Amino acid sequence: MDNAMRINPLDERMFGGNGVSLAPVGPRERISLRADEKTAKALGKALGVDLPFKPGSAVSKGGKTALWIGPDEWLLIGPDNGSISTTLSQTGKQVFSIADISHRNTAVTITGPNSTAVLNSGCPRDLSLAAFPVKSCSRTVFGKAEVVLWRIRKEEFHLECWRSFSDYVWKYLADAARSA
Amino acid sequence: MLLVHCPYCEEERPELEFAGAGEAHIARPANMADISDEEFEKFFFIRENQKGIVFERWRHIHGCGRFFNAVRNSVSDKFIKTYKAGEKKPKLTKAEIASVLPPAKGTPANEPIHTAPTTTGKGDAK
Amino acid sequence: MSTSTPNAGSNRIAGHGRLSPAKTVTFTFDDKVMTALEGDTLASALLANGIHLVGRSFKYHRPRGILSAGPEEPNALIDISRDSARRQPNVRATVQQVFDGMRAKSQNRYPSLSFDVGAANDVLGRFFPAGFYYKTFMWPKQAWDKLYEPIIRRAAGLGNAPEEADPDHYANRFAHCDVLIIGGGAAGLMAARTAAKSGKRVILVDENPDFGGALLSDNTVRLDGKSADEWTTETIAEIEHLDNVTLLRRTTAFGYYSHNMVSLVEQVTEHMAQPDPDLPRERMWQVRAKQVILATGAIERHLVFADNDRPGIMLASAGQAYLNNYGVTPGHNIGIYTACDSAWATAFDLKKAGIAIAALVDCRAEIDPALLAEAEALGLRVMKNHAITSTAGRLRINSMTVEPVNGEGKTDIPIDCLLMSGGWTPSVHLFSQSRGRVAFDEANGRFLPDVYTEDCISVGACNGTNEMVEALAEAAAAAEEAIKSAGGKPKKVKPPRVEHASSMNGFLIGAAKGAGPDDFVKAFIDFQNDVTAKDIRLAVTEGFHSIEHVKRYTTTGMATDQGKMSNMHGLAIAAQTLGKEIPEVGLTTFRAPYTPVTFGALVAHSKGDLFDVTRRTPMHDWSEAQGAVYEDVGNWKRAWYFPQAGEDMHAAVSRECKTTREAAGIFDASTLGKIEVVGPDAVKFMNLMYTNPWDKLGVGRCRYGIMCREDGFIYDDGVVGRLSEDRFHVTTTTGGAPRVLNMMEDYLQTEFPEWKVWLTSISEQWAVIGVQGPKAREIIEPLVEGIDLSNEALTHMSVAEGKICGVPTRLFRMSFTGETGFEINVPADYGQAVWEAIWERGEPLGMTPYGTEAMHVMRAEKGYIIVGQDTDGTVTPHDAAVDWAIGKKKTDFVGIRGLKRPDLVAEGRRQLVGLKTKQAEIVLEEGAQIVDDPNHPVPVPMVGFVTSSYWSESLGHSIAMGVIDGGHGRMGDTVYIPMENEVIAAEICNPVFYDPEGGRVNG
Repeated sequence: MDNAMRINPLDERMFGGNGVSLAPVGPRERISLRADEKTAKALGKALGVDLPFKPGSAVSKGGKTALWIGPDEWLLIGPDNGSISTTLSQTGKQVFSIADISHRNTAVTITGPNSTAVLNSGCPRDLSLAAFPVKSCSRTVFGKAEVVLWRIRKEEFHLECWRSFSDYVWKYLADAARSA
Repeated sequence: MLLVHCPYCEEERPELEFAGAGEAHIARPANMADISDEEFEKFFFIRENQKGIVFERWRHIHGCGRFFNAVRNSVSDKFIKTYKAGEKKPKLTKAEIASVLPPAKGTPANEPIHTAPTTTGKGDAK
Repeated sequence: MSTSTPNAGSNRIAGHGRLSPAKTVTFTFDDKVMTALEGDTLASALLANGIHLVGRSFKYHRPRGILSAGPEEPNALIDISRDSARRQPNVRATVQQVFDGMRAKSQNRYPSLSFDVGAANDVLGRFFPAGFYYKTFMWPKQAWDKLYEPIIRRAAGLGNAPEEADPDHYANRFAHCDVLIIGGGAAGLMAARTAAKSGKRVILVDENPDFGGALLSDNTVRLDGKSADEWTTETIAEIEHLDNVTLLRRTTAFGYYSHNMVSLVEQVTEHMAQPDPDLPRERMWQVRAKQVILATGAIERHLVFADNDRPGIMLASAGQAYLNNYGVTPGHNIGIYTACDSAWATAFDLKKAGIAIAALVDCRAEIDPALLAEAEALGLRVMKNHAITSTAGRLRINSMTVEPVNGEGKTDIPIDCLLMSGGWTPSVHLFSQSRGRVAFDEANGRFLPDVYTEDCISVGACNGTNEMVEALAEAAAAAEEAIKSAGGKPKKVKPPRVEHASSMNGFLIGAAKGAGPDDFVKAFIDFQNDVTAKDIRLAVTEGFHSIEHVKRYTTTGMATDQGKMSNMHGLAIAAQTLGKEIPEVGLTTFRAPYTPVTFGALVAHSKGDLFDVTRRTPMHDWSEAQGAVYEDVGNWKRAWYFPQAGEDMHAAVSRECKTTREAAGIFDASTLGKIEVVGPDAVKFMNLMYTNPWDKLGVGRCRYGIMCREDGFIYDDGVVGRLSEDRFHVTTTTGGAPRVLNMMEDYLQTEFPEWKVWLTSISEQWAVIGVQGPKAREIIEPLVEGIDLSNEALTHMSVAEGKICGVPTRLFRMSFTGETGFEINVPADYGQAVWEAIWERGEPLGMTPYGTEAMHVMRAEKGYIIVGQDTDGTVTPHDAAVDWAIGKKKTDFVGIRGLKRPDLVAEGRRQLVGLKTKQAEIVLEEGAQIVDDPNHPVPVPMVGFVTSSYWSESLGHSIAMGVIDGGHGRMGDTVYIPMENEVIAAEICNPVFYDPEGGRVNG
C-alpha cells in the first residue's frame, strides 16, 4: 500500500504583486526543544547549529535553523527528513524535551520591498531594520493569530503559524498586499 | 495600548503580546492540603486591588511564554519596573513612585459644584 | 471686481485661490447638477454656486448654512454617495472634497430643504426647553411604547444609515516612529523640517489634502520674504523625499492612547472619482511614537447673539479660507462681527478682492490702531464698541441690527453674508486625551496644556502661542528636544523671518449683548444640537450644577462635532449663571475620536472571511464533500451531522448513533486539545495538575483525568496516555486547550520552576480519527503496522505507537461512545488521506461518519459528562459523580484544599443525575428549570436544571442529565419541569442509560 498523501492547507497558494510575494514554505521538520542553557549548548554541538541565547535571534547552518523563542525554548527547523529529532534522540543522558511539531505549524515566505508594510497590517511590532534586523525572530501576533516571525533577509520573512490559522493568515496577508 | 518590558526578551513589546495574570507575590502554600479555611480564603479569594501602585503578574503569552511580575500605577498606567518570576518583591524608592504618579488634580476640575445659582452674570457683554 | 467663472460657480473670484480653473468636476446637490473645481470641498463648491442653505437643524429644523471651513463644522452635514451601496450620511461638507459624479443630498428636511414641515418646531420652540424629553414624555406611562418612543425614534438622528453592505475595503497599519507630528500648519511644518534633518524617523500628519494649515488661507504673511504658499511648498519638497520621513495627508489623528500610541485614519479614496478597486477606502494607522509633537492649531469660535444661525452667517476664518484657498466669496455685501483681531484681516482681504464690506462691527472698545488705520485706508465702515443684536432673513441672512455695546439705538444694515469671530479655542483635544491636565488662561479666555503625562509637547496655536514668529521658534525647539529625547542628534534649523503676520488677539466667551440672562432670544451655542444660551441657564437654574450634568441635560457638545466651537461658550454661560469662575466649573472630558471615524476603518481587514479566524480540521474537505452540516465550537468548524438525502437533523443523528452502535462510525476528533508533557518530573507534575494518581499508570496505558482549580471545581477533563516513563500525551476539551496549557505553565513556571518537565501544545500536530463500534477493529486492522490490535494486546484505555497507512500514529484504544473504539492520531497533513483509507475500508462494512451531535447523544447515553455543559464552574468531582477520579491517598493536587471547604462537603449540594421523562417521547429542553412541586405558589422553588437532553434512538426513549439539589440521594424521585404549555414529569435516575455494565467497550 502507498503511504498516505500529505496535504497542507497552503498547498498550491501563490500571491505576487504590489512589491510583495507570498509563497508557502512547504514541508519541514520542526522540533520544539526545551532545555536549560547548559544542555542546549551541548545539543547545539550535536546538531551542528549553535543554539542562540540572545533573545529574539536565529542561527542557521547547514540547512537547519534554531530560533530563540524563550529562555529555555527553541524552534528548530530543518529539511523534512527527521534528522533533527534523530540527532537529538541519540544524545544520551541529557535532560531535555523535544516535541515534533512539523505538522502543527506551517509557514509562509513573504518577500519584496513591501513585505514589512504587509506584515505591519496585522503585526504590531516595529519591523524596521534597526528594531528587527536580519536574523531576528520572535513569537508575536498577526491579526488574531499567534505567529513566529523570522527575518531571513532584509526583504524576506518567514512566518510560522499553527496549521488551522494558516488560511486566515494567508488571506489577511493577501488582503493587506492588495493595497500595500 | 501599553508597552510592556519583558524581562526575558529584554525589550518593550506591545500589550497585544501579553496577558494579565492577576496579583503578584501570592505564593501557593507548601502544605496546601492542611491550611485552615482562613488561610485558604486569604490565599485564594482576597486581593489588594489597589488604586495606585500594584504588583501584578503578566504572561508574555504571545512572545517568550514566560510569566513575570510588574509594578504599575493603575491610575497612570505607567510601569515602574518589570522583573522575572521568582525574584523578590522590590522595594520602591520615593522617586520611583513619584515617577509614575498621574498629574496632580488641576483644571479641569470635574467635581460637581454645589452652589446656589445666581442670575446676575458678569461675562455678558452688556 | 469679481468676474464669474461660469464653469465653477458664480461666486468664484478670478485670481484668487489655489485651485486651477482649468480642472472642473461635476456633482449634484439635491439632484441639481453643479460644477466645481478639482480640489474644492463640497462646501466651497456650494458657496461658489451661491448656496448657503445646506440643511435643517436637528431639533427646531431651522434653515442652516455652512458655518466653517474645517472639521469643526456643526451644520453642513450632507449625505454623500457614489452609488447605492457607497453612501454615507452626516459627511461634513467642509472637509469632503468634491469628485466627479458625486451625489450630495441635504438631510433632516421634508419634503424639501427650503420648505420643511419639521420647522413648526421652531415656532413652538418655547415648548422645547432643555430637558424637554425628560419632562414631557413622563405620562401616561402606557403612551411610551405606542406613541412617544416611535415618534422620538423617527425624529432622532440626522442622516439615514445606508442599508446595503459596505462594498469597500479598509486597511490597517501598525507604524513606529521617533517623532510623530500632528498638524501640518506653520508650527507642524517647522517641527517636521527640524526633526527630519536628524535622520530619525518622522511622521507628519494633517487632516487636509494639503499641508499648510492656516497658511493656506493667509496671503499676507511673508516667511523669509516668500508667500505662505511658496514657503509651505518648499518645506514639503525639502522633506518629502527623505527616507526617514512619512507624510500623511487627509489623515486625522483621532485618538491618543497610553504609552504614546496614536490612532490615525487616512482617507485614501474618498476624494477620487474612479478609485482603483485595490485601494482601501480608508487606512487606519496605529502609530507608536517615542515623542509626539502636537501642532493641532486652534479653532475659531462663533459669537452668541440672537438668530446667529441663519444661512449666510459663518466664521470669519472660514470666509478668509473660502476666498484665499478656494477663490470663492461667501457674499457680495458682507458684514463682519468680531471680538478678535483676526477677523479684521478677513475684512481686508475681502475688500481688497473687491467685495463690499457693509460694516465691520467689533464689540471691543479698544482696537489696535494699526488695524484701524488699515481699515480707514481701505475705506471700511468700522463700528467699534458695537454689537449685533439680531439678524433677519429666513433662508439666507439679509440684514443685521447693530447697537452700541453700552447704549441704545439700533441700526439695520442690509447684508447677504455675516462673518463672525469670538476668538480662538486652542485644540487641546488630543493633549487632553493623553490625560494631560489643562490650565485656564484667564487673560485670553482659554484652556492651555499644563501638565503632561505622555512624552508629548504642544506647539503653536494649540499651546496658546498665537504669534507666528514665536510659534515657529517654539516648534523648532520642541523638535530638537524631541529628537534628543528619542536618542538622536538634533540639527538646528533656523526658523524663517516672519513679516506681516496677522494677530489673533481678542476674544469673547459666553453670551454677547442681547443674549444675556434677561433676554429670550434664540442665541445658539451648539448649532448641531440646537442648544441656546437660555437652555444652559435653565439647566443650571433647575439644579444641574456640574458641567458634566449640564452637558448631558442640554446635550450641548454631544453632537457629532463634539462641541468644538460651542464648549467654551456653554462653560462660560454656566459659570456665569453659577456665579463661579470658569476654572471652578471645569471642562468636560475630551474623548476619542476627535472627529467621527467610520466603522470600516476601525474594523479594517477584519471583515468577511477575516472577521474572525475560521479553524478547519485536516479532514474538513472530506466532510464538506459529504454534505456535513457544521457547528461552531470556538473558532473551529466541526461536522455536526451528515444528513443523507431527505434526512432532517433528527433523522440523521438517530441513524448515525444507531449505525455506530450496530456497525461502526468514524468521527473527526482533531479539535481536541493535546499537550505533550515531557521530562523526568512529568509524573510529579501530572499528580499536581490532575486529581487522579498517575504513579501507577503503566507505559502504554491511558486514564481519564479530572483537573480542578484550587477552589475544587472542575476545570477540564480528558484522556491521558503514557507514552514512556517521562512522556504523557494529555488531551483536553476543544475549548479548554489554551487555558489548560496556560494554567499548567503558570504552576510550572511560578510555583515549581525547579521541576524538570516541559509542556508543548500538540493540538494541531495530530489529526484524530475516531473509529467506534463493533466493527472498528476489523476496519482499521489491515491498515495498521507494528501494533497488535487484539483485545488482549491493546485493551480498553491503552495507547501504542506504530504506523497506519505507512505514516506514524499514536493509536489510542478508548471510547467516548461506550462501544469498542479507537482514536487514531496521525500527523495532521496525513489526516485526510488516512481518513479516506479507513473510509474506503469501513463503508462496505456499514460504517457511517458521525458528527458532534451523535457524539453528544452517545456519550450522554453512557452518562459521560461534558465540561462546560454538565458542569458550570460550580460543580465538584463529587457533584458530577466522578470522584472516583480523585486519588484518595494523594497529599497534594490543585483543588485538594478547595474540595474540603465546608460548603463543598455540605449535604444537599446540587448533583448531577440522569432524568427519564415519564412520557418516553418527550425530550426536555436543555437549561429548563426543575421543581419538586409544580403547584407551589409563585415563586416556585427551583431544585435544579437540565444540562443535557437528547432523543436516544438506541434506547427508544429520551434521555437527559441535570443537576438537582441532593440529587445523588434522590434516585427514583419524580421531579417536574414546567414549560410554557405543559408540566413535564421526570424520574431521577442513574445517568448511565446504555450498557450500564460497560461490557461493550471491551469487545
